[in-house]
Amino acid sequence: MVEYDPVLYSRILTGTTLGFHTIFATLGVGIPLLIALAEWIGIKRNDLHYHVLARRWTRGYIISVAVGVVTGTAISLQLSLLWPNFMEAAGHTIALPLFLETFAFFFEAIFLGIYLYTWDRFKSRYAHFLLLIPVFIGGGASAFFISTVNAFMNSPIGFNYENGILTNVNPIMAMFNPATPTKVTHVLASSYLTAAFILASIAAFSILRGRDHVYHKKALKLSMTVALAFAICTALIGDLSGKYLAQYQPEKLAAAEWHFETEKGATLIFAGSLDENNKISKAIEIPYALSILAHGIPGAEVIGLEEFPVEDWPPLVVHYYFDWMVTIGMFLALVAFIYFCMQYRKKWNEFNKPLLSAIIVGGPLAMLAIEAGWFMAEQGRQPWIIRGFMRTAEAATTSNHVDTMLYLFILLYLILAISIIIVLKRVFKASPLEKELKKQGIE
Amino acid sequence: MSYELLGITVLWTFLYGYVIVASIDFGAGFFNYYTSITGKGPIVHKVIDRYLSPVWEVTNVFLVFFYVGLIGFFPSVAYYYGTTLLIPGSIATILLAIRGSYYAFHHYGPKKAKWTQFLYGLTGLLIPASLSTVLTISEGGYLNVSGGNVSLDYSGLFTSFYSWTVIILAIVSVLYISACFLTYYAHKAGDTEAFDILRKYALSWSLPTILASFLVFLSISHHNWEHFSRMLDLSWMFILSSLFFLGAVYLIWKKQRLGLSFIFVMLQYAFAFYGYGAAHLPYLLYPYLSIYDGFTNEAMAIALIITFVAGLLLLIPSLYLLMRLFVFSNQYVQGKK
Repeated sequence: MVEYDPVLYSRILTGTTLGFHTIFATLGVGIPLLIALAEWIGIKRNDLHYHVLARRWTRGYIISVAVGVVTGTAISLQLSLLWPNFMEAAGHTIALPLFLETFAFFFEAIFLGIYLYTWDRFKSRYAHFLLLIPVFIGGGASAFFISTVNAFMNSPIGFNYENGILTNVNPIMAMFNPATPTKVTHVLASSYLTAAFILASIAAFSILRGRDHVYHKKALKLSMTVALAFAICTALIGDLSGKYLAQYQPEKLAAAEWHFETEKGATLIFAGSLDENNKISKAIEIPYALSILAHGIPGAEVIGLEEFPVEDWPPLVVHYYFDWMVTIGMFLALVAFIYFCMQYRKKWNEFNKPLLSAIIVGGPLAMLAIEAGWFMAEQGRQPWIIRGFMRTAEAATTSNHVDTMLYLFILLYLILAISIIIVLKRVFKASPLEKELKKQGIE
Repeated sequence: MSYELLGITVLWTFLYGYVIVASIDFGAGFFNYYTSITGKGPIVHKVIDRYLSPVWEVTNVFLVFFYVGLIGFFPSVAYYYGTTLLIPGSIATILLAIRGSYYAFHHYGPKKAKWTQFLYGLTGLLIPASLSTVLTISEGGYLNVSGGNVSLDYSGLFTSFYSWTVIILAIVSVLYISACFLTYYAHKAGDTEAFDILRKYALSWSLPTILASFLVFLSISHHNWEHFSRMLDLSWMFILSSLFFLGAVYLIWKKQRLGLSFIFVMLQYAFAFYGYGAAHLPYLLYPYLSIYDGFTNEAMAIALIITFVAGLLLLIPSLYLLMRLFVFSNQYVQGKK
């Protein structure tokens, strides 16, 4: 029997909640952009297909929002229940964006409520479209604020801490810490990318199944356009994140890259395995690439793990999360790029089976990359919860029964996951596309 | 006014807002289920659905607001309550999650299943019961504090008379507030059949409400004399609260000025709630934590207050728009839009 360890169970429970919440949070931030584009194009081109597209995306979106809301509430409460010492410290230093996030979400929720029930209520179709702007901004702002909190945990500034006493707290500085620019933009860009790819993968699936209505092709083109734009953004920001890490959290980058010795012209390690002496085998090695990632110069010096005491090393498994994230990101960019080349030349057919299949797997893979990215971000910060100031083990609750709570929440998430799949299936079965197009007076 | 007092007043206002909007929502869920088994479902569902659909998400935010603000203004709360509330807090979280998601599944899904309605109705009573225990715990006497460790005394909590009276008051209030609001809403919708049923609910839950309130009054005098005596100092608030109660019930009874009657209900709860809260001060958790020793630093307090004011400037017009379109729009309420 494993001895009961509240820290371990608290970590697993927080990871489970966040891992589940991230799926819906990502969609919640990303999908409004696509709905807004569809509705806008629909009005501008006077094309009812896009109008129906916006309606149908909204119908699926609202169900995922509901799960996002309740799991978001769960994680916010769990932060206090599982990490009381952390939340006490966070309350003193980084409470401002937490509070702002609630406002942003409130704003979003109000307008989403209005948007849902006013499709046919205004004379001007722009009026209804405009209601989505606050939803889009509110979602983006929520992501922005909450990411600054996570950024703070990685590079805490904006206070003095001596002998257990906090002084000179500067909430604005804490919010705009060195990790904020890359963290926030990476979260936002990857959310838009992932949401676009999920929707693209649904459209591609319909086309592959032989539904050759032009509606699906329009859906695919719109979502792949957004996907390509944000795949490029995400990759560029990812590169900047590497440079941020090299400067402010070198141990995290070193762990992600299995870079043990400080050296110039560092090699980038891809995949591979480690033995008990931390010797790397079976890896693909790309000379100078790590120095380029870290500093933009092939000869630059990259700090290795040897410079840190072993008890401060992040778990080396983060290397694989990093590889997953980057590989999937590259794959998505490539697929989106090929789609556009195919589409550009009239002679080529962008609806060929291999490409459609690649787009279909792209959706779930994008979500997997989001998960891998967060696992890399969170485990890569260990053993710290607030880097350099509070260790994860000091932050956790001392309560009994965290294990029981873990099982209860796993059960809850399982039930929610199954329910949402059933409900989404029913929603779209009950109103097939043809029926809805007819209802809107087309065909 | 000190920052501490300003902070707790803002937070208490959010909690009051939550008590009102959540009670309407919780009670509506219960009535929805109850009428569906008594066969009167189709009559009242329309009224309930028309109100609930656009606002359900907003309800949850009031609670999160209160909670996040509490951590921001009084970070030590996170330590004390966070450590002790693991089990009740997790259970409340799970109930909130079930309620929120199954409302959406039920409402946006094409098939209306009775069991989702059941879950929605049942959680509406269990959530206020579990959340109200936090207020009970704040009275002190249910914590074991030894050597820097705090834990909750479950057997003390479950066998305490005070704790149960609070739970009863919470549940009864939910049904009373909700029935009063829906009576008004049905009246506005011009739905006389639904109005008659809901009015009957409002009237029949009024007496239990006032009885439960007296019961809590009585039991608090046994449980925490200090708090009770401060409540007596503020007795004018509780007297006003009772008068508004009588006024509200009278108007509903006479079927007159139902909008005003619901304002009376809100005032009834406002005076009781603020009276209780003011007497509770300075303690956040009696006797371990007061608003003065658990307060955040000045820079954070100022930042949060500025945020709060700026946020209100953004939210009040938005909420007004929501209300105009759905709650106070006669055409919407009557189902014409």
